[in-house]
Amino acid sequence: MNTQSRPSQVAPIENRVAAIEAVFEQRGMEPKPFIETMTHAAEQEWVPRNGARVVAKAWTDLAFRQRLFANGKDAVAELGLSMPAHHRHLVALENTDTIHNVIVCTLCSCTAFTIIGLPPDWYKDLDYRARVVRESRTVLREMGLDLPPEIEIRVWDTTADTRYMVIPVQPPETIGWPEEKLIDIVTKESMIGVARL
Amino acid sequence: MDGIHDLGGRQGFGTIRYAVGAPAFHADWEKRVNALYGMAVRRGIFNMDEYRHAIERMPARQYLSASYYERSLTSLLTLCVEKGIVTREELEHLAQGIVPLSEPSAPGRTNLPDPETFQPGDLVRVKNDFFAGHVRMPGYIRGKPGVVVSESPRYPFPDAHAHGVEAVDEPTYDVAFRTEDLWPNSADSALVHVGVFQSYLERAL
Repeated sequence: MNTQSRPSQVAPIENRVAAIEAVFEQRGMEPKPFIETMTHAAEQEWVPRNGARVVAKAWTDLAFRQRLFANGKDAVAELGLSMPAHHRHLVALENTDTIHNVIVCTLCSCTAFTIIGLPPDWYKDLDYRARVVRESRTVLREMGLDLPPEIEIRVWDTTADTRYMVIPVQPPETIGWPEEKLIDIVTKESMIGVARL
Repeated sequence: MDGIHDLGGRQGFGTIRYAVGAPAFHADWEKRVNALYGMAVRRGIFNMDEYRHAIERMPARQYLSASYYERSLTSLLTLCVEKGIVTREELEHLAQGIVPLSEPSAPGRTNLPDPETFQPGDLVRVKNDFFAGHVRMPGYIRGKPGVVVSESPRYPFPDAHAHGVEAVDEPTYDVAFRTEDLWPNSADSALVHVGVFQSYLERAL
């Protein structure tokens, strides 16, 4: 094709997606069933409830909690949870009365998505990625989490393929609750570290 | 590369558009992009480091104005053209319009010479290193001192893996940096933990 016949307008994004899907189809790669499987996994399997189960177990089972902090990937596998092969390590970050952890990926938007769910839109936005490493306390306050000055902040930038999840502090009024009930109070935001429970 | 993607600590950004329970996807095509690039990785057309680097190679103005899944799509399309799966002309014919692609890649590199092994508690410094290819060293830690907290499993060296260059897998170290060292007098006080590849680190005396 010569330059004169090149189009002059950028193709709408849906057209560009359809184009590569058509190419995959023509190459015999059968993209449609893969899209269905993957979308089902993204919406039904990689849900924050997975991480919530990990947190609730860590609150109620001291031996599990120790295994989780020693080797997160092996510990979540005990609950039937898996991670992609290239995520070789899961580090559980323990919030305490004096330490608050928050995760980010400044270079792209990496997360332990099979455990805490796919990252929400704001996590992938340029503003969060640029600001939270440098202005953590200010950003968290803007997001509704006003930490008292005695709580030290630790920001975890996901630059390698090690993945992180925050283990929030268990609210004192829930001590003694059954694990099933505790699972319901753990949010995706608390496992990213932009909220406390 | 010192690209626009390397956002950590850059100033001039705005309030986070935050909502509790915010969705990952906003449109059906975003789900399809997410699956299609995953399919390409699964089939070995490209790896995750190549995928990330092709996003970074987007022209800066396009990178800033594109949504997350549009960046993902641009990487997928760029790599499918570069790997010979499809030509740009065929894509533009099918899409009935211009298909923006990323800029060409600079050469990669193998592991840096004389790697040092570190233990938790060791004082380290990130090398004052500049490299035009893919690198997973955020600019804000370049030349900065930190403390090794732990060691992670070995990973493919991104500077090689994104470019088809042979290299051995490297340990990454969880290094804690003080914001007072990263941005003196110009940051909220915190520790910033970064997973730093062995090649990027030297011992601080």
